[in-house]
Amino acid sequence: MVTTSVSSNPQPTLVARELSVFYGEKQAVFDVDLDIMPREVTAFIGPSGCGKSTLLRCFNRMNDLIEICRTTGSMLLDGHDIAGPDVDVVQLRSRIGMVFQKPNPFPKSVYDNVAYGPRLHGLAPSRSDLDELVETSLRRAGIWEEVKDRVDQPGTSLSGGQQQRLCIARAIAVRPDVLLMDEPCSALDPIATATIEELIDELRSEYTIIIVTHNMQQAARVSQKTAFLNLGRLIEFDETKKIFTNPSEQSTQDYITGRFG
Amino acid sequence: MPAEHTVKAFTEDLAKIERSLLEMGGLVEAQIARAVTAVTQRDSELAPRIIEQDSEIDRYEQDVQDQVERLFALRQPVAQDLRMTISAIQIAGYLERAGDLAASMARRAIVLCETREVPGLYALPKLGDASHTMLKDSLDAYRDRNVEQAKSIRHRDRELDDMYVVLCRELLTHMLEDPHRITPGVHLLFVAKNLERIADHATNIAELVDYVTTGTRASDDRLRGRGFLMEGAPTPDDPL
Repeated sequence: MVTTSVSSNPQPTLVARELSVFYGEKQAVFDVDLDIMPREVTAFIGPSGCGKSTLLRCFNRMNDLIEICRTTGSMLLDGHDIAGPDVDVVQLRSRIGMVFQKPNPFPKSVYDNVAYGPRLHGLAPSRSDLDELVETSLRRAGIWEEVKDRVDQPGTSLSGGQQQRLCIARAIAVRPDVLLMDEPCSALDPIATATIEELIDELRSEYTIIIVTHNMQQAARVSQKTAFLNLGRLIEFDETKKIFTNPSEQSTQDYITGRFG
Repeated sequence: MPAEHTVKAFTEDLAKIERSLLEMGGLVEAQIARAVTAVTQRDSELAPRIIEQDSEIDRYEQDVQDQVERLFALRQPVAQDLRMTISAIQIAGYLERAGDLAASMARRAIVLCETREVPGLYALPKLGDASHTMLKDSLDAYRDRNVEQAKSIRHRDRELDDMYVVLCRELLTHMLEDPHRITPGVHLLFVAKNLERIADHATNIAELVDYVTTGTRASDDRLRGRGFLMEGAPTPDDPL
């Protein structure tokens, strides 16, 4: 495993140490050590089944929902344990939001999709606060201009790319620190993809982002750091530029140049 | 060559670029050898053929550039493939300039055939040979991705600079002895300079071997001669 030395300043937002994940008897992730730095985009790349989505889903405890899934090792968010049994996962998920592969708006209006989280967490005491929060979130997600006249319409009536941006708006409405994105563009056309990528770049100024992608060019375009995983192990983690011009590990090189298998 | 791509056509595209480059290199090597022969043997029939052949080298450079452009557009190479293709454009450029220098020597050979012969210029074929060998070796080092050989080539540049200075002094002595030798002498000085420049291009190619193979830039560790008429100057690259 090769990593760049991390300078003492700033502190990492997310830390994983000896993180392993098991599905029943089968181990899917092996002893991953990883530091995710604040306000950077970190991309997880690797072949299908390499454990990148499983690793991503550790950070907001989505794997807890799978009965046979078991996680060992430690995870810290801003220095606080998030792996233990006492962690309030609902609270955790408000700090670590997630955007999924397929846009999955609730069967509610555009407005209610975004307002759902803030209502749940009591973030907006008055109607006008909520209005403002919904507008700000939609603006940050780069979709306000397109939906401002139809926030009462169902979220599912939007186009695929708009739905995905709506889901991003919904995720950031609860003011998380971290956004996890699991192949957020894989169901979108190139133009909608470019819009999301531009959005990711803008969101980077306020959020720490981890993105899982099958599209290596996308990883190269949007991320500052790239982690290459293979067969459940973190093979290489470095500056994205370094990974795509001169990776240290032969298997990274083989994968990104299309020589795998 | 490293393992093959899953998409075989990608491997073939890269191999074709490499092949074009090495063919181009072979052609440039031949041009240099023939240009030196045309000058030293006073062969006025050989020289025009060399000048004519130069356009083929230009076509090769264009061809390599086109192939790389196509590969960038269609396959977005990364890592070793990216470095290899970037280097290919650069090497094609160095070879094209080396080819130009050979053609320039050929043009001077034509003039030299009409002037008085400067006798006993043993250093000229030696310099020509050294320069030609250096280019050949640098292309071999590139083909074999041989970082050690590339390093030794870069160090050889110094010897060549020294040979160049010796030849220049020899020519200067001839010109001082007999003013009729000034015209051929000046042409021969330019021939010598061209050979020295070809060796510089060979050194540039040798420097790229490190980049292609390891991704790190070779430190500029070439040993520089002190140059002709420039004693005391720190790094006189261009004495004339």
